[in-house]
Amino acid sequence: MQELGMAEQGSIRVSRKDDNVVVIEKDLATEEMLLSMGPQHPSTHGVLKLECMTDGEVVTSAEPYLGYLHRCFEKHCEVVDYPGIVPYTDRMDYLTGMNNEWAYCIAVEKLLDIEIPRRVEFIRVMVSELNRIASHLVAIGTYGIDLGAFTPFLFCFRDREHILNLLEWASGARMLYNYVWIGGVAFDIPADFNKRVKEFVDYFRPKVVELYKLLTENEIFVKRTKGIGIMPADVAINYAWSGPMLRGSGVKWDLRRNDPYSVYPELDFNVPVPDGKFSDVGDCLSRHLVRALEMEESLNIIEQCISKMPGSEGFNPRSAVPKRVRPKAGEVYARAENPRGELGFYIQSDGKTTKPLRCKARSSCFVNLSAMKDLSKGQLIPDLVAIIGSIDIVLGEVDR
Amino acid sequence: MSIAAISQIRLPFLMGNNLNAWSDALAGLTLSWFPLGLVIIAAIPLVFIALYALTYGVYGERKISAFMQDRLGPMEVGKWGILQTLADILKLLQKEDIVPTSADKFLFVVGPGILFVGSFLAFAVLPFSPAFIGANLNVGLFYAIGIVALEVVGILAAGWGSNNKWSLYGAVRSVAQIVSYEIPAAIALLCGAMMAGTLDMQQINVLQSGPYGFAHFYLFQSPIAWLPFLIYFIASLAETNRAPFDIPEAESELVAGYFTEYSGMKFAVIFLAEYGSMFMVSAIISIVFLGGWNSPLPNLGSVALYDWTSGPVWGAFWIISKGFFFIFVQMWLRWTLPRLRVDQLMYLCWKVLTPFAFISFVLTAIWEIYVP
Amino acid sequence: MEEGRVLPQSVQQSAAAYAVIREQFGSAVSDFDANETMPFFEVLEAAKWPDIALFMRDHPKLKFNYMACLSGVDYQAEEQLGIVCNLESLGEFPHRIAVKVKCPRDGGSIPTAAYVWHTANWHEREAYDMFGMQFTGHPDLRRILCPEDWEGFPLRKDYRVQESYHGIKVPY
Repeated sequence: MQELGMAEQGSIRVSRKDDNVVVIEKDLATEEMLLSMGPQHPSTHGVLKLECMTDGEVVTSAEPYLGYLHRCFEKHCEVVDYPGIVPYTDRMDYLTGMNNEWAYCIAVEKLLDIEIPRRVEFIRVMVSELNRIASHLVAIGTYGIDLGAFTPFLFCFRDREHILNLLEWASGARMLYNYVWIGGVAFDIPADFNKRVKEFVDYFRPKVVELYKLLTENEIFVKRTKGIGIMPADVAINYAWSGPMLRGSGVKWDLRRNDPYSVYPELDFNVPVPDGKFSDVGDCLSRHLVRALEMEESLNIIEQCISKMPGSEGFNPRSAVPKRVRPKAGEVYARAENPRGELGFYIQSDGKTTKPLRCKARSSCFVNLSAMKDLSKGQLIPDLVAIIGSIDIVLGEVDR
Repeated sequence: MSIAAISQIRLPFLMGNNLNAWSDALAGLTLSWFPLGLVIIAAIPLVFIALYALTYGVYGERKISAFMQDRLGPMEVGKWGILQTLADILKLLQKEDIVPTSADKFLFVVGPGILFVGSFLAFAVLPFSPAFIGANLNVGLFYAIGIVALEVVGILAAGWGSNNKWSLYGAVRSVAQIVSYEIPAAIALLCGAMMAGTLDMQQINVLQSGPYGFAHFYLFQSPIAWLPFLIYFIASLAETNRAPFDIPEAESELVAGYFTEYSGMKFAVIFLAEYGSMFMVSAIISIVFLGGWNSPLPNLGSVALYDWTSGPVWGAFWIISKGFFFIFVQMWLRWTLPRLRVDQLMYLCWKVLTPFAFISFVLTAIWEIYVP
Repeated sequence: MEEGRVLPQSVQQSAAAYAVIREQFGSAVSDFDANETMPFFEVLEAAKWPDIALFMRDHPKLKFNYMACLSGVDYQAEEQLGIVCNLESLGEFPHRIAVKVKCPRDGGSIPTAAYVWHTANWHEREAYDMFGMQFTGHPDLRRILCPEDWEGFPLRKDYRVQESYHGIKVPY
């Protein structure tokens, strides 16, 4: 008899009936078809259920249902001590392990008020930018496959293999690194690492151009993505979009420039914001363009890191890593610019234990996906696929 | 070239001077009352489809796509993976034949059958060689264009019978696409028929024979022939549901479109139908515009390349090679281009290809009438 | 605040923003906590939270148009639940601030900010899902991460996981 009741939004009602059975009722208008792009689907980038009400090929509403990959990250944080949370952060957005760990470490280091050695900062920047390129390659490749272009996907993954080999050389793992620790990094980079990274940068620059010609400038691709899913800038800010999504809508906001952390103030790079010449501002093509252009900027950043990094004589990567992480009582909200947006951590510490009292991960994909319902009204089904691909979600981060 | 000139064309190595000598001879072969010869005539293209789909179709596609994507493709089974398709067929043969309980059983089972029959029936009028054509209809081209429409029934049956919304979506899209693109395809082929003056497939090939090899092909016989050639090629991509027109089987949107629910041998039949129709449209375009079984090599003085490479067996070789070349181009396009959206596909058909097909029709007519 | 200690510039900017809010709403908001890691103030009268939110978003000197994060918190000792909102002004001003709103543990409710910042919609759904506080006026308050018929609120400190779910044994 207890009414769970508050879900009375239009056509969906959740209530608990007499025999303790929960009933979820949906009204189906005539002529509309309820189409479930269910958890298993080749193009929803993970286990996401999109319930679409369609009128022919036109989607009247597409509501995302989450939680299929929820692994209770925040509850784990309350029973694991601060350094032990780092592998958990890897597994949220598993394509950007280094960036996730770094965002978390920034937050804890703010609470602890530690000073990080300069070489550590440069190593962190370099591996994060490498990871950014790897993540954008996946985003671009899978976006191509969603729209039917099979070949760019394989080219992207071929190049991503090189990055994964480099990161495996540095940290020991291809994808879930546990490398960026609170106060430092786990290991120093190997002796020839900078040389190999430079070789990769030189190898990859022409590949970016090739990818551009194959996919981004392809007439059919442009027709499929231009003018689709336009999000005006002020609505995007209200939905708290960040990263390439926000820049695709024309807002020049990049945390590496506007709220800088680490050694980014010393590095020279551009923040690409589409101006509406090649694409419409705020559409899927703009968002894709931002990712494609950001890869080149990351290459520039990596080259500067190689040249500016201090030498490794007498360097201990764990010199500033505290033996026991017990921050004073307080709370912090700190964030980093992940390839998908702003990954923020709200950490509350009670000053007495080595475990956080509350650790909330503000995930970029979760917030970016929340606009899906409004963005998809009135679109066709293939456009829905184009929009989801341009939002570039990773369900690990959406569900945590 | 007028029809009266046919008798002056040399057809070496034939029994008498009779076109379709082999198929006529086979048609007369009976075993008491049983028309054995007719069965053999029908079986030859069937065996050809099966063999070609097995080897060049599936294996070729996998290897070609692999090399384009900077990887190797099948390498394990047999040297360079040659036996891969055989392994796949063996696997498919012993799979459980699943019919979903809520599916419409009759339509579900009959759908792939109709699909295959529709694409296979067109092989009856394809001249595989100067001596062999299944059925020498004097309206062969008209028949070939029309019989492909039978596929539509098969697709609808498969899509509806699967009792799956995604299959239905795929089937409906596919039907709209095939029916729409038949129009520019037919008009473009009519331009070729205009240049030949006949709808008979064997005669169209004969009229493109000559000692100058490729110079007699209709593609080079008229300054406007490249336009219907191009239009028919694009329309044929849409007819066979190949990328960039593969919305009906868009893997990333509809899982597999109208054949989502099929597994095992039925799936193999649908695939055979698709590769069969790929060869069919490639053969039709080579017959009408590129000379069919004629050798493209010209006679250069005493080096009589054309004479050396003509004949019943050489003819089969040429038409099959030309067919395979166009199939290669189809595969090339599939792995390079993204997919067009349904409304863009329809726009392309009705607002671009059809008007240009009409224009090329008029221009070809003008060329044929006023230029001797 | 200790006298004589110079606050970092970011905290000073937040304090200036707070002053504008304090001037408008007086005792509905608490004093400003000027710590360096996350300067915040608390909304003491929860019913006024939507008005404060709208004021913060639209006032020409504040323009907090970007809600970076809305976290649910369980204050076990005080028997209260709460939310912590991190707000920022994107492209207009450099100030940032955090706002806390609390409510009683059992049956407590906080008015929704979903009509002021659209992003709060999903954040509040997650806070409800994990902690159980009601958000009055929310357009679609139902669970987002847990299944719709899950029992209990997982991130509460006294949460005990249910024994079985649809016949599946839950405790690991």
